[in-house]
This record gives sequence, C-alpha cells and structure tokens, in this order.
Amino acid sequence: MEISTSRSKKKKEIDINKPQFTVKEFKRQWILVAISVVYVLYGLLFYYLPLVGWIIAFQDFKYNKGISGSKWVGFKKFQFLFSDKTFLLVIRNTFCMGALNLIFSTIVAIAFAILLNEVRNKYFKKSIQTISYLPHFLSWIIVVAIVSDALSSTGIINDLLMRLHIIDTPYPFRAKEAWFWPIVVLSNLWKETGWNAIIYLAAITSIDPCLYESAAIDGAGRFQKMRYVTLPGLRPTIMILLLMNMGNVLNAGFEIQYLLGNGLVQNFSRTIDIYILDWALDARNLDYSLGTAAGIFKTVVSMTFIVVSNYIAKKRGDERLF
Amino acid sequence: MIMADIQQISLDKIKHKKKMATEDLIFMIFNTLFLVLFAVVTLYPVLNTLAISFNEGNDAVRGGIYLLPRKWSWRNYEEILFERPGIRVGAKITVLRTIVGTLTSLAANALLSYILSRKKFLFKSGLSLFWVITMYASGGMIPVLILFRYLHLTSSFWVYVIPGMVSAFNVMVMRTYMLGIPDSLEEAAQLEGAGYMRVFVSIITPLCKPVYATIALFVAVYHWNSWFDAMLYNRFDPQYTTLQYELMKLLDSVSATTGATSGASMTAATANTITPVTVRAAASIATMAPIIALYPFLQRYFVTGLTIGGVKE
Repeated sequence: MEISTSRSKKKKEIDINKPQFTVKEFKRQWILVAISVVYVLYGLLFYYLPLVGWIIAFQDFKYNKGISGSKWVGFKKFQFLFSDKTFLLVIRNTFCMGALNLIFSTIVAIAFAILLNEVRNKYFKKSIQTISYLPHFLSWIIVVAIVSDALSSTGIINDLLMRLHIIDTPYPFRAKEAWFWPIVVLSNLWKETGWNAIIYLAAITSIDPCLYESAAIDGAGRFQKMRYVTLPGLRPTIMILLLMNMGNVLNAGFEIQYLLGNGLVQNFSRTIDIYILDWALDARNLDYSLGTAAGIFKTVVSMTFIVVSNYIAKKRGDERLF
Repeated sequence: MIMADIQQISLDKIKHKKKMATEDLIFMIFNTLFLVLFAVVTLYPVLNTLAISFNEGNDAVRGGIYLLPRKWSWRNYEEILFERPGIRVGAKITVLRTIVGTLTSLAANALLSYILSRKKFLFKSGLSLFWVITMYASGGMIPVLILFRYLHLTSSFWVYVIPGMVSAFNVMVMRTYMLGIPDSLEEAAQLEGAGYMRVFVSIITPLCKPVYATIALFVAVYHWNSWFDAMLYNRFDPQYTTLQYELMKLLDSVSATTGATSGASMTAATANTITPVTVRAAASIATMAPIIALYPFLQRYFVTGLTIGGVKE
C-alpha cells in the first residue's frame, strides 16, 4: 500500500516536471528552441568538430593538403608513439606529477581548513584566509618567476640554508632531476592550498554543531573531535572532489612544467601536453598527426579514469558525479 | 563522607578542565604560529618581488634583498612603461580581451544557463548532456589548432574571445543558482504577458547578480592571466600579444642569462650586459597590481560562487 502510494506520487511529480511534447508547447517556447540551436551549432563547431579531427591521427597529415588530400597510414603513428621512449617517459611524468599533486593538495587543503576552523578570533581567521587564496589569482608565469627567484643561487632558499649552515655553497635545485617533482608539488601547494580549502571550510561549517556537543559530552578532546566528527563530515566533499579531479590528473601537467622545466631536468619535467606542443610548434619536425595521436591517448585515458572512479564510488555507495 | 566524595569529584573535574585548558592553550599557540608562518610564506615572495622591482638592476644580482630595496630606483618601471613596446601592446590587448571576453562570456553563459534551468524546456536533458560532454571529451590541442587555422581565427584578436565563450562548468554553476529561484516569480510575470526573454532580462538577471559577479570574476582572471593562447595562435603576430606572454618571454630571457640550466652563480660580465631580474620583477608587480587592488572588493563573490559550484555539483 505504502509503496504504491509513494510510487504514484512519484509518477505524478514526474508528470508535472516532464515537458510535454506538443505543438502548442513548442510554439510557446520557440525562442528557447531557436537560441538552443545557436548554442548547439556553436558547440558542434568548437567542441565536437575537433573530435572529428581525430581522424588525422590515422593520416600523415599535411596542413596544405588538407584532410582529404593527406595520405592514410592506419595505426602507424600510434605504433611510433608507443615505441618512442620519450613518450613513455612523458606518460610517467604526467601521471606521477598529477597523482602527487592530487594527493598532497587534497591532504594539505583539508589540514589547513581544519586548523583554520579551530581559530576562535574572527579577524585573525579572516585575515589568514584572505591571504591564503591570493596566490590562486596570480598566473603561473608569475609563480614560476617567484619560484625560480627563490631557488636561484642568491635566492631566499639557498640563503636560509647557508645561514643555517646546512649547506656551504648554493645548491642548484633547478638543475637536479630529483628536485623537479617536489618543486612542482610545493609550488602547486603554495598557489592553491588556500583556494582548495574554501570548499572544505564551507563543508566544515555545514557540519551539525550537535555532533560536536555530543562528542564533547562523551569526553572527546579537540583532536578526537577532528578525527571522529570533522573528517567523517568532510567525507562526501572529499570524495566528490577527488572524483572530479581524477579525470584531470593527466590535464594537470602543463604550465608549470613548461615554464620551469629546462634541458637538465627534461626527463622528469616533460609532460604529455609539452610533448604534443613540441610536435605542433617545432618547425623542423612538425607532425600534427603524431601530436593528435598523443592527444587521443590522453583524452581516452582521462575518460577511463573518470568512468572507473565513478563506478567505484557508485559501488561503495559514495557520492558520484553522474 | 558524601561531601568528601562530591568534593573529590569536583576537584577531579577542575583538574581535568585545567589539563584541557593547558592542552588547548598549547594547541592554540602552535596553531596560531603555524598559520602566521603560512601567511608569511604566502606573502613574502610577493613582497620580495616588490622590493626587487624597486632596486637598481646590477645591484640586485648580488642577492640579499629581502623586504626593502637596497638601492632605490624607478628605472625598471620606466623601462617596462617606455622602452618595451611589447609590454605596452600586451597590456592594451590584455585589457581589451578581459573586458570584451568577460562581457561576451557572461552573456553567453547566462543565457544558456537560463535555458537549461527552465523546467518545462523541451530539450532540457538533451542540451544539458550535449554541454556536459564537452567538459570531459576534448579534441586536443592540435585538432583545435588546425580548426582555428581553417576558420582564420589564428592571427587575430578574436581567438581570445570566441572559442572559449561558453564554458560548461560555469554554465553548471549558474544553472544551479537559477534553479534556486522560485518558479512563482516566472509564472507571475508570464501571466502578465512577459515572454521568456523578458523574464530572463527583467526577473532572472537582477536576482542572479551574485553568481554573475562570481563568474565574471573567474572569467576576467582567466583572461588577465592567459598567455598560452597568445603563444599557440598568435606568436608571429606581435600586435596581438598579451601581457602574460610578454612576461613569459622575460622569464625565458632571465632563465637564459642566469643559467637556470647550470644553476651556477652569474658571472659579472653577463650581469653587466643585461639584468632583467629587476625588470621582470617590475613587470610581475605591474601585472599583479590590478588583481591585488580589486581583491578586497571581489573576494566575497568567489567564495559564494565556489561553494555553489563545488559542493552542490
């Protein structure tokens, strides 16, 4: 009985909300339909047509011959791609830097949000927060300028290390392969921690205060409250943000790597996007087809990440994107 | 006996409270110190860049400049303002693209969000899916580059404005906000004979000011900070360069002179010929200035915007 009423209720709701396809309704909202057509055409042109452009990965594409005039080569470009040592290296770099960034930025942003939430003085809290997301609005160009200044032989980092007598001569951080990933992760933390923490702070404020009160009555201390109330309360937000960012793991690696990388560290700095860019810009070895093939690989892997992580989230009963 | 018990209990309680209080105090002190350190680490590099930008060029190479310039000089700002035409052109193009790009993008995103938030719209789910797909599936750098060349968008100003006008993510944020506006307002207006466009302009738009401000801010910052499109599409057209792209060229020239490759200290000879570190610092400060100047006024908008977009996905 109960079930049937709720079902019929649901059906009714759907009926109200579901648009009715009638000529009258169509005429009534013709303006919306007309504008939508413009948006669809725009989207087809700028977002869907480039997907059709993927066919040039199966050609030996020459710009002046066009798609119809270029020679078809089947999977040759993909074969070259996966036998190219540089490409494999580039995949490793992209994936590792993306994953490290995702892990550290999530943990540090949550920690920062929790610590900031413990501050009682309103003005102090507000000031720290305002300062914290300022770097988000600076371009990567400026951030890289700052980072390379700080790491230069006369920069603040070497200066501090020498004053503390940890090292005697300036250490060439930017010339060391092993330092490239940590520098990228730390720069990213410097730029984005405050910004990423905004969402977590908002989520913390929406946790029911009763939970804290009852935890206090049960004798929970400050750290126990953080561990058993705040963190579980943040769980849905953390999950959805991880999901959203999972698909971006391969996208995350371009600007800083491109700007900060140099010849000495290129085995650790170059990412898929930089690899593609080289095939697109280098006048001597211009190869649009190869670059497109690499781009296809990146998009397909990203999509797989999203679908798989979404599926896992669904299975585990967590939040999901779609 | 009972009294003693009670006394004992209350004494325990006080002791417990005292212990908690000291623990609390220690935590608060460390937390405050940590957050202050965080703020210092965030602000110091910006202030240091400011100090370097006002320092004399050759002197700055020696390093050791912290929060104040050692040898005051306006020279760097003079150089970027008067002696580097690229920066001037870049500034003009950047201001132009920020204004034109933000306005067109705001209008385009708002209208699409409006359509998608109409509950009775016939193709709501189809159109919505059409745009959500664009968030995840992208053709990639090269097919887009080729397309833009075919469309004659490369070597032009419009490549900055037209292709990125509609962003599915911003549309989702705006749509979520519009869905929160009660239907009754729209229905009332329609009863009085207002059409869809009238409702959009006179009812929805005034109510959406906060979310419009947020999106406008995001888009404006994006335009202000972009350099990659200038490099990819207009690198042979100096008349369409952007401020950040010019800054990037400075970055490159500094890396080349200070030998980022070796990381070794600069020789006196190269130091005397060019010292763009200070010039670059001046250019960085000039580029940051508008953002920092507007920052206090704008910050309340992006917090709301981000929370709508992120939490209520």
